[in-house]
Amino acid sequence: MLPVGSPSVAEVVRYRLRVRGQVQGVGFRPFAYRLATELGLGGWVRNDGRGVDMEVQGPLPDLERLMRDLRLKAPPLARVEGIEVREMAPRPACPNFLIEQSRTGMVRTGVSPDAAVCDACLEELFDPADRRYRYPFINCTHCGPRYTIIGALPYDRPNTAMAGFGLCPECRREYGEPLDRRFHAEPVACPTCGPQLTLHDGEGLALAVPDVLAAALGLIRAGQVLAVKGLGGFHLVCDARQGEAVARLRAAKIRAEKPFAVMAANRASLAPWVRCDDQAALLLESTARPIVLLPREPGGDDQFPGVAPGLAWLGVMLPYTPLHYLLFHEAAGRPRGTAWLRQPQDLVLVCTSGNPRGEPLVTDNDEAFRRLHGLADAYVVHDRDILVRCDDSVLQSNRGAPVFIRRARGYAPAPIKLPARGPSVLALGGTLKNTICLTRGDEAFVSQHLGDLDNVAARTALEETVAHLLKVLDIRPERVAHDLHPDFHSSRFALAFAAAHGLPAVAVQHHHAHIAAVMAEHALRGSCLGLALDGVGLGSDGTPWGGELLRVEEGGFQRLGHLRPLALPGGDRAAREPWRMAASALHALGRGSEIIHRFPHEGAEVVARMLERGINAPFTSSAGRLFDAAAGLLGVKDRANFEGQAAMLLEGLALCRGGTPPLGDGYVLGENGILDLLPLLDHLADLGDPDLGAAIFHATLAGGLVEWAVQACARTGIGRVALGGGCFLNGILRTAVREGLERMGIEVYEARRLPPNDGGLSLGQAWVAQAVLLQKE
Amino acid sequence: MTHGSGGRASAQLVEELFLRAFDNDWLRSLNDQACFLVSSGRMVAATDSHVVSPLFFPGGDIGCLSVHGTINDVAMAGAKPLYLTAGFILEEGFPLSDLRRIVDSMAAAAREADVAVIAGDTKVVEQGKGDGVFITTTGIGVVPEGVHISGDRARPGDRILLSGTIGDHGVAIMSLREDLRFGTTVASDTAALHGLVATMVEMVPDIHCLRDPTRGGLATTLNEIAQQSGVGMRIREAPIPVLSQVKAACEFLGLDPLYVANEGKLVAICPPEVAERLLAVMRAHPLGADAAIIGEVVDDNHHFVEMETAFGGWRMVDWLTGEQLPRIC
Ligand SMILES: [Fe+3]
Ligand SMILES: [Mg+2]
Ligand SMILES: [Zn+2]
Ligand SMILES: [Zn+2]
Repeated sequence: MLPVGSPSVAEVVRYRLRVRGQVQGVGFRPFAYRLATELGLGGWVRNDGRGVDMEVQGPLPDLERLMRDLRLKAPPLARVEGIEVREMAPRPACPNFLIEQSRTGMVRTGVSPDAAVCDACLEELFDPADRRYRYPFINCTHCGPRYTIIGALPYDRPNTAMAGFGLCPECRREYGEPLDRRFHAEPVACPTCGPQLTLHDGEGLALAVPDVLAAALGLIRAGQVLAVKGLGGFHLVCDARQGEAVARLRAAKIRAEKPFAVMAANRASLAPWVRCDDQAALLLESTARPIVLLPREPGGDDQFPGVAPGLAWLGVMLPYTPLHYLLFHEAAGRPRGTAWLRQPQDLVLVCTSGNPRGEPLVTDNDEAFRRLHGLADAYVVHDRDILVRCDDSVLQSNRGAPVFIRRARGYAPAPIKLPARGPSVLALGGTLKNTICLTRGDEAFVSQHLGDLDNVAARTALEETVAHLLKVLDIRPERVAHDLHPDFHSSRFALAFAAAHGLPAVAVQHHHAHIAAVMAEHALRGSCLGLALDGVGLGSDGTPWGGELLRVEEGGFQRLGHLRPLALPGGDRAAREPWRMAASALHALGRGSEIIHRFPHEGAEVVARMLERGINAPFTSSAGRLFDAAAGLLGVKDRANFEGQAAMLLEGLALCRGGTPPLGDGYVLGENGILDLLPLLDHLADLGDPDLGAAIFHATLAGGLVEWAVQACARTGIGRVALGGGCFLNGILRTAVREGLERMGIEVYEARRLPPNDGGLSLGQAWVAQAVLLQKE
Repeated sequence: MTHGSGGRASAQLVEELFLRAFDNDWLRSLNDQACFLVSSGRMVAATDSHVVSPLFFPGGDIGCLSVHGTINDVAMAGAKPLYLTAGFILEEGFPLSDLRRIVDSMAAAAREADVAVIAGDTKVVEQGKGDGVFITTTGIGVVPEGVHISGDRARPGDRILLSGTIGDHGVAIMSLREDLRFGTTVASDTAALHGLVATMVEMVPDIHCLRDPTRGGLATTLNEIAQQSGVGMRIREAPIPVLSQVKAACEFLGLDPLYVANEGKLVAICPPEVAERLLAVMRAHPLGADAAIIGEVVDDNHHFVEMETAFGGWRMVDWLTGEQLPRIC
């Protein structure tokens, strides 16, 4: 898109360039400076609220080369979305290229996510001759904290958590030197002028130790639980090989079976206990450094007793802050250089979110001493504040493309491109695994995972996140979107926000939002079928839905069909006790009399009676509860210890068993669009082989879903299906449904950039609200 | 039974049943209204319609419930209840013997509470248009000097006291209605609380709020007061008394005892410095023997009620729009 009437080759021209995208705080100006200087071009570059603004003057071919290189050779953390070009009158003399002071103004640039320490910084970190040798806060423009330390834009030091740290002369020199890796690296610091590490005992009293890292490692080796301040919050850390330490951590967190994630030094250290293919390694080693669920090798429970009991996967991450690296460095005996980073290391750490049960991450030191009291034996803290709370991201990579389970650090708040520009919307998401979404033009900014909104701390975090993102993204929403459920805090917050700002609010049905989220991230316009397989979400008819076949147009949807509803004896309690869903299935099969024999629990009689008389047993089309029913009937799990446990165990068994054909007459496709899987459950009830049963369940469910969707495609003439809802975290189901549909020539769309579960709802809501609004206009 | 439209049968009913049961000068005068003397100071009135199925349940019946319910509403202003009126809607064909049982139970409850039923009315509706019997009662009472109790008076720092076990009534009714058995039978806690309230306001006049957590349970009551007073509340699960059978029943049924109805319990909110004294006074009364301090009022412009669970950790105790809808996704 060169300006019309470009001058001839030899002539000197002057261009004004506006670079949009993630271009601030990532070393873009020095990069532009280097390119321009190497080409001998004159002009200047500066940041402003909208991105990078620059003028360059020189021969046209050189300018063209510069513009190409700006895109192609951009620094690791930069993302160039577009360069607008305007021709200017050349200046008489323009020999130099300068980096100019940032200009404030309308804030229009995205805040970049936090990034793991880069290789260049690692070289320095382990070089005894470097002035930042073993300095836990080393960073440069290619790495380090961003989102979690930015209080406002533009991204300049006074607007960050580094505001209180004056630069020492040497750091100042690096900061001001355009060719230095730390030119305008806002968090730049060194042992002389930057943040410092301190060790505190269980009561929060500072301990005088000669070396905090050595002391911290000593405590870990002694089986202690440490609270370690990281990028977006605290971790609780202990030695993963010490079952007793892990057990203490479990007891303190009151977390009986929910798996912990571990941190290992590098990929080379993973081999004995998990399988890590190249795709997984790429994820693990990416600058986002998420937790990746990896399939475990047999005997994994013995290696790390109690870390992820009985599960087929283990959540693994690699170090991402210099502090993490230094703990491994200490454990390795402080080797010189970085060769050790490629060799297997023995130390493996449990790293779990430092939060009291279910509450948001602790971020402040004093808050940590108070709220983690009794959880941590000691604290490793520092004096750089965490301005934005951000959990570790979690992905799975065991089958097909990686899928988000939780999207937070390293990814948020990078925007998702929408198919069209629209009015700004604030969407508040669901109530569990909440995220919020803000749109601006054709970009959607989905917040980090904020957790379950069932405590005041989480609700406060939601409110702070809304306020912070509105500020740093400079968005004034024109619409507010929320879930249909009247008792979700997010719905109530949305309505209060809308009322306070005089804005219209749009309620979006839960599964409509699940499918819309997938359509939005794939920029799909027009009609699409959606398979929403989920726990429960309130349906338009006031009943709990969760296994839905929808036809989604941008702003609206039609329920083409649903799974045959089963009773939920005890409401949400049935979601925690799979045996109740098994009882429900038996009752539906006319085998209610078996309930008390199969489940000799206290209460089985009551549940049988509840099913007979319909006492607190609403009917739901939930797919998640179908998994529970299967797990209960197969005796896999009677009571779930954490959300989704039964389904995870079932998937693990099916995975071990391997491919099994579907049950021939395992489902019935009704005239009215109802997919009835009771025959499958009837079969499982008498099978007595959990592994085989789990495999048959997956195969038959997938078979039924595929036939169901294929028929709907034929009937509606729509050749594409979006998959949404938490059940699609199940890799077997996801793969089988996708492959089954693709074999029939149907295009399949899955959640890629956001989790398929409720973490993606806010995007779907925002997109629907936008479409509703655009239709009205 | 075909009484109702002002005919002879109705007069007979009034005479035979009510007059004999409630026997007092006001009723004996057979006027359409009751005249009584008023004292100086503040009076309170409350009215409540009672609908319950089944009509007879362990611990009581709709008769005594309709007396207790309205007496309690009056008493929650810190007042001494004096008079009641009662309106009956009977379904055609309702057995007279059952009606007699109910009226006798009402009379006994009123007598025990030292409250006179001074006016009444009866209507009969066609079969199928009622559910046996509905009773509406209105209560009149006087507030002692120096007592200012109101749902908008909770202040940050105030303590929240609960007079006894929660969920008994709701579980008693449900288990009978649905024929569920949870070990030993749970009885409704239906009781008139004005006696307890009288000692409370006498010994600790500076009580800020009183309320009986009936429909919607403790959770709903706390949220109402939080909204009304513009404050938040932080309560603890551990000290909240729940009978083990009630707890078990709620677990089986998937109910939260915090949201289950009570008919003989109250919540009191008072300044921190008098909380221990108020607790002692409550515990000294038979209807407050299990009383406990369950939490405190906090400054919170969201008016959230949050509870520290028995396992540690915190969870919201929100008000609900209607029934508890499933939400686990
Ligand atoms: Fe969902
Ligand atoms: Mg009442
Ligand atoms: Zn770096
Ligand atoms: Zn320095």
